[in-house]
Amino acid sequence: MEILVCIKQVPGTNEVKIDPITGVLNRNGVDSKMNPYDLYALETALRLKEKYGGTVSVISMGPPQAQAIIYEAYSMGADNGALVSDRKFGGSDVLATSYTLSQGITKFGKFDLIICGKQTTDGDTAQVGPEISEYLKIPSVCNVAKIISANETSIIVEMDMPHHIETLQVNFPCLLTVEKDIFQPRLPSYIKKIASQKQNIQILSLHDFDDQNEKKYGLSGSPTQVQRIFPPTIAKNRELWQNSSLVLTDKMFEKIKELKFME
Amino acid sequence: MAKLIVHQEKIDNIKELLALCPFGALEEQNGQVNINAACKMCQICVKKGPSGAIEYTADTLQKIDKTQWQGIAVYVDHVDGVIHPVTYELLGKARELSKKINQPVYALFIGSNITTKSHELLHYGVDKAYIYDTPSLEHFKIEAYTAAFEDFIHHIKPTAILVGATTIGRQLAPRIAARFGTGLTADCTILEMRENTDLVQIRPAFGGNIMAQILTPNHRPQIATVRYKVMNIPKRQPDEHGEIITCFINEEKLHCNVQVLNVVPKEKEKFIDSAEVLIVAGRGVKKQADLEMLQELADLLGGQVASTRPITEAGWLDAKHQVGLSGRTVRPKLIITCGVSGSVQFVAGMNHSDVIMSINKDPKANIFQVANYGLVGDIYEIIPKLIEKIKIAKGVSA
Repeated sequence: MEILVCIKQVPGTNEVKIDPITGVLNRNGVDSKMNPYDLYALETALRLKEKYGGTVSVISMGPPQAQAIIYEAYSMGADNGALVSDRKFGGSDVLATSYTLSQGITKFGKFDLIICGKQTTDGDTAQVGPEISEYLKIPSVCNVAKIISANETSIIVEMDMPHHIETLQVNFPCLLTVEKDIFQPRLPSYIKKIASQKQNIQILSLHDFDDQNEKKYGLSGSPTQVQRIFPPTIAKNRELWQNSSLVLTDKMFEKIKELKFME
Repeated sequence: MAKLIVHQEKIDNIKELLALCPFGALEEQNGQVNINAACKMCQICVKKGPSGAIEYTADTLQKIDKTQWQGIAVYVDHVDGVIHPVTYELLGKARELSKKINQPVYALFIGSNITTKSHELLHYGVDKAYIYDTPSLEHFKIEAYTAAFEDFIHHIKPTAILVGATTIGRQLAPRIAARFGTGLTADCTILEMRENTDLVQIRPAFGGNIMAQILTPNHRPQIATVRYKVMNIPKRQPDEHGEIITCFINEEKLHCNVQVLNVVPKEKEKFIDSAEVLIVAGRGVKKQADLEMLQELADLLGGQVASTRPITEAGWLDAKHQVGLSGRTVRPKLIITCGVSGSVQFVAGMNHSDVIMSINKDPKANIFQVANYGLVGDIYEIIPKLIEKIKIAKGVSA
């Protein structure tokens, strides 16, 4: 089974604040890490490889420093890796990112199964997996909580819906996005980590792609645009009520009703 | 093709400029400032840097004809024809947005055996409900549903589409967005409509620490997903208004590479992370049996009971219920803390809750720094009375 896992390097923390005077976004220069949700995708791939044979490749779109997470994937047991990187990809929204990745994937190899994490901790959209599958014209299943079995032509999975579980059989090639906790991700192996230092990472940039039209990438290829960012108006409202318990109960009841928690 | 051009001569303080970039995309090499691939084109450096130091240029894009796209459509989220209430919330929002631009509101209902059920939509301000009703659409299958959705968009060309951010919606919307090469903003918390029919899409980013305002200025349809309970549910009209339009699609287009083998209902599992309402027991709860009172309140409000560390350590509830730095982080819509002092570790696990109500006897308790509504009082007097009031209001026998 040829498996590909999409991974992303994200900020170490979401602690960002907007300076109320300058309006500048301040990130406390923290380390980057692999998107935690992707660890579950990678672990799923590694277990499938252990059971059914084949290879596990990883691909990521990001600046050159994102190679760090590809090495991390190697130290967990991935066999091949590619980094899709180019200044011209800067400013990509979800659509442009998905298109870019799909172009990169096409150049990187032929895969039976592509596995993605559910979402990223910085973007939070959970859209890239399904959009990639659309561009690659393959079926997709999201919210995969369990892998039941696989053979040469298809895989059987459980999709986690709010009130029920659907067991689905999906033909290869296909894409899955997996839930957190589908498996317990393994720790990187020290031996693999040493070996990984000698491993190659394929770098793919725009001039490697089939579609060389610059307008499909980066900011030009992004139909959505962030117009502005602003601090959330979290109800900094704080009221302190001191009164008899009868009055307090009344106020609490009225407030709960007003905020629609009684429906 | 949009790009940023650096005018080195206009940069007086390189370090200051580099520090502006939240993504570390500005770097210095040999006394020159360069922009690397980490750039997200947020243009903060253009706006906040020395005037003219970083220039944003874009070719004028060919503008699309927005008049070709009319109407605001809402995807009807359902399982087996049971319509998810987020649909009605979005219909209400769509009606509100449509008034600004004087355009109709549509519903799109895809499934099997749904035509009779679709009449319910006509109580919520729909001008036209488009129904794709055929056995091949019985269970949600991404390719078939996307095909029907695509057919709808080709024929009707709505300017905007709202989709509930449910398990289904979150898979279906991106597939459609990619199919049409258009913009999709997920989990919008605020939606507004401009006169030029641009949908203003506002959502939290960086884990909720900032808000982003997003537009899809030059593509149609504009798609946005919205979570349940973010928008207000409109009043159900007693009469039906609007039309039901049956749509047909070539069965070949509904062919799938996914087969549904089995559908099994889930046991009602509860985890505090997913609860919308949490009642937290703190040290102010004097004995284990008193947790029943909190459970009763939780049941009435459709929530769950959670605990602070002391309660867990006393063995009254297991660690799965613990909120805090060493417990679970929760973001319920409503959290009511009962006799919780509000240690830093506890607060760290819940301070992003939408509404925080706290009851504590001590007016100086730290929790009151965080609570939206603080009640200085005794939980043993307040909670039982509150439970009674709620029961009466709900018509439940006391």
